Amino acid sequence: MSSVDVVGPQAVPQLQAQVEQIIAEARKQGASACEVAVSVEQGLSTTVRQREVETVEFNRDQGFGITLYLGQRKGSASTSATGDAAIRETVAAALAIAKHASEDECAGLADAALMARDLPDLDLYHGWSITPEQSIEHALRCEGAAFDADKRIKNADGTSLSTHQGCRVYGNSNGFIGGYASTRHSLSCVMIAEDKGLMQRDYWYDVNRQGELLASPEAIGARAAMRAVSRLGARPVPTCEVPVLFAAELATGLFSSFLGAISGGSIYRKSSFLEGAIGQQLFPQWLSLDERPHIPRAMGSASFDGDGLATYAKSFVENGELLSYVLSTYSGRKLGMPSTANAGGVHNLFVTHGDEDQQALIKRMGRGLLVTELMGHGLNMVTGDYSRGAGGYWVENGEIQFPVQEVTIAGNMRDMFKQIVAVGNDLELRSSIRTGSVLIERMTVAGS
Amino acid sequence: MSEMLVSVSDHLLSPGGLTIDSLPGVLGELAGPGIDAADLYFQSQVSETWVLEDGIVKEGSFNLDQGVGVRAQSGEKTGFAYSNAITAEALSQAALAARSIARSGQNGCVRAFSATDVTALYAPNNPLDVMSRAEKVELLKQVDQATRALDSRIKQVTVSLAGVWDRVMVASTDGALGADIRPLVRFNVSVIVEQNGRRERGGHGGGGRTDYRYFLNEDRAMGYAREALRQALVNLEAIAAPAGSMPVVMGAGWSGVLLHEAVGHGLEGDFNRKGSSAYSGRMGEKVASSLCTIVDDGTLAERRGSLSMDDEGTPTQCTTLIENGVLKGYMQDKLNARLMGVRATGNGRRESYAHLPMPRMTNTYMLAGESDPQEIIRSVKKGLYCANLGGGQVDITSGKFVFSTSEAYLIEDGKITAPVKGATLIGNGPEAMSRVSMVGNDLALDSGVGTCGKDGQSVPVGVGQPTLKIDAITVGGTGA
Repeated sequence: MSSVDVVGPQAVPQLQAQVEQIIAEARKQGASACEVAVSVEQGLSTTVRQREVETVEFNRDQGFGITLYLGQRKGSASTSATGDAAIRETVAAALAIAKHASEDECAGLADAALMARDLPDLDLYHGWSITPEQSIEHALRCEGAAFDADKRIKNADGTSLSTHQGCRVYGNSNGFIGGYASTRHSLSCVMIAEDKGLMQRDYWYDVNRQGELLASPEAIGARAAMRAVSRLGARPVPTCEVPVLFAAELATGLFSSFLGAISGGSIYRKSSFLEGAIGQQLFPQWLSLDERPHIPRAMGSASFDGDGLATYAKSFVENGELLSYVLSTYSGRKLGMPSTANAGGVHNLFVTHGDEDQQALIKRMGRGLLVTELMGHGLNMVTGDYSRGAGGYWVENGEIQFPVQEVTIAGNMRDMFKQIVAVGNDLELRSSIRTGSVLIERMTVAGS
Repeated sequence: MSEMLVSVSDHLLSPGGLTIDSLPGVLGELAGPGIDAADLYFQSQVSETWVLEDGIVKEGSFNLDQGVGVRAQSGEKTGFAYSNAITAEALSQAALAARSIARSGQNGCVRAFSATDVTALYAPNNPLDVMSRAEKVELLKQVDQATRALDSRIKQVTVSLAGVWDRVMVASTDGALGADIRPLVRFNVSVIVEQNGRRERGGHGGGGRTDYRYFLNEDRAMGYAREALRQALVNLEAIAAPAGSMPVVMGAGWSGVLLHEAVGHGLEGDFNRKGSSAYSGRMGEKVASSLCTIVDDGTLAERRGSLSMDDEGTPTQCTTLIENGVLKGYMQDKLNARLMGVRATGNGRRESYAHLPMPRMTNTYMLAGESDPQEIIRSVKKGLYCANLGGGQVDITSGKFVFSTSEAYLIEDGKITAPVKGATLIGNGPEAMSRVSMVGNDLALDSGVGTCGKDGQSVPVGVGQPTLKIDAITVGGTGA
């Protein structure tokens, strides 16, 4: 196995050969079954600050990981080293672990008959031939637009353009081998506004598989500046119980926590507040959560899952009712259910939305808190209790009154999901969870 | 040359046909016109994890990662590239990429190496090797069985053991040449308990820069298990946490997460050079109550956050950040020290060769005060006692910080009463620290499980503090 020169679709056959070589080595050393992933990535990130270049980083990573089985015992090993010796030693390390692991009746590859056969091309690779000089120029234009947007923008915390390309091949000894190349380009801008000796920071960004489709540097910079300036003078509000509107970019987190709670791993570990919730009405009747894994160029798209099974479109929640957990081969076996081809996660989740934009939802809320920032990790997945630091805007008479900071919002996720009043049409397109802003009927806001 | 430098350089350089004598040449290529400083960071890391759940050791994994990071600096600009291969060719390519940030300027120079002589704070032996695989598996099984036997309400036990052995070497144009061998181990127990249909989780663990035998000594592994169970059982009885601003007493030890967030990050050199911290430009000013003296100390033997030298070859030290409430010092790496005209403090850290160093904390803690912890509790009429925390986060620009409780109680009329559910607390760093009105005489450091994230890089850290009282901070519960 040697290093790969070009990172792109051309590299797939070379990585496939490496996967096959590693599987052959594992068989030779006595593994009864195995699965292997090989990847190579490269990228360039440039950061500017205060109209000067701050960092230019070139990254290039390659490595492989193997999980192998001795009957029902399992061991894993991975490395960034290359060469035949690295393969032999890594396989041997995984084997040594498998020899000492316990028999696990659920361990093992997915059934050979279930492996993906046809892998649709999801068009995930779009190389962007941008030079370091051009990427610096993009970032400078972005930050320049932010400085020009408002005179209270007095400092910056970095504007970065990143372009990444990668290639990954997964194969297993049940006959599956599949690979793809993908790209990810992003431009982000963090600005600091200052007024009366107090500073506020905020950011904006865009990400796309096609560099040319990123929002314009000027638009991103201006949006970052506007957000930072609008936070000046933020203050706590008195403790109260009010409706809370999660801006779309944060609402994705609500559904990502939900997916965590219905993931097979949390369920069989008895560590989810949604254990046993299949068939229950968890959301309002009008709300469904659908996975659509084959959307061309989408950030979350994948043709096969982490076990080599073909991904497919389905609903996890329909008419508010939980239909299925999110299962891999292993967690499915633990629960006595078939895999949902979600080893490694959910590929593009769509949330039912209405036809109101965020402005309309603010109006509908009347009086409450629009949340645009969340801090900390105060989620208890065993009980569903939710308590996080928040920032945003106080809404009264259907209009934003002033910026809010240093408050917390708290509730229980079961109640929060059930009390979703509306989902906006202001869809968050940068995330693999596609939702608009989410209005929740009532939460406790703690403040002054 | 020290024995350590010889052994580490031999391990890292010889396979690719390099020696220490090859490095001035590479640094010379890097330090062309316009470059103020440049360095090479070689690393080889082996790590393993063993996990027991459902009563069986179902997973083990092993990882080997190695490479070299090449960095060049010109004024405030940094160019960086890295490679998995440690060969002359790979170094040249990375050097070419890294130095592309330089514009015209003075000729850079490479100073003769002067090997950094550091006092080793931990043993150099591979911590993974002190127990056989069979013994590791047996330890996990024993802890699992003994834990399940403690209480019939236990529904699930997860036990994990993890070890890392890191060998690093730094060579810099300023003449710094140093090597370090860093062990790091960790043991964690998590339990799920159930009573009358209600479920709760508890978790605890510990570790440090030592080897696995640490967990066998003083019954530590089972100590973590008993503590995890105790916390879970307390939470079974928890009522809704209160909501609103109130006095809060923070327990000793791991609650030092408070300082890490409210003070520590805001005093890292990079944010202060850039003027983006709520503490920027406030050196010599009162930024906390005069009861507060806070240090960052990388020199504690075998502590998780300790380093014999940092990732730029600077020996670590004990830096006083705040003394009797007055801001005294920032934590610096070489870049920010150079640009601010101060000395590096041994806080230049990086997650790996594939990441750029920046100012990071080591072990950050508040020195003991004079109050009896019981007296502190007695002084509160109505408030919250935080015995254990989960994680925290800070926005260094506005100074806002949060942390979440994992074990907390109401204080009513000077007495600890009902346990309350986990809640997030939010405050403003300088404001909260100025409201510290009592500091206990019971300084304790954490048990060694902390990991700090900054700009996407994770590094192991330590925290600590005595019991202390903050007169008012916002508690994010749902209760009255």
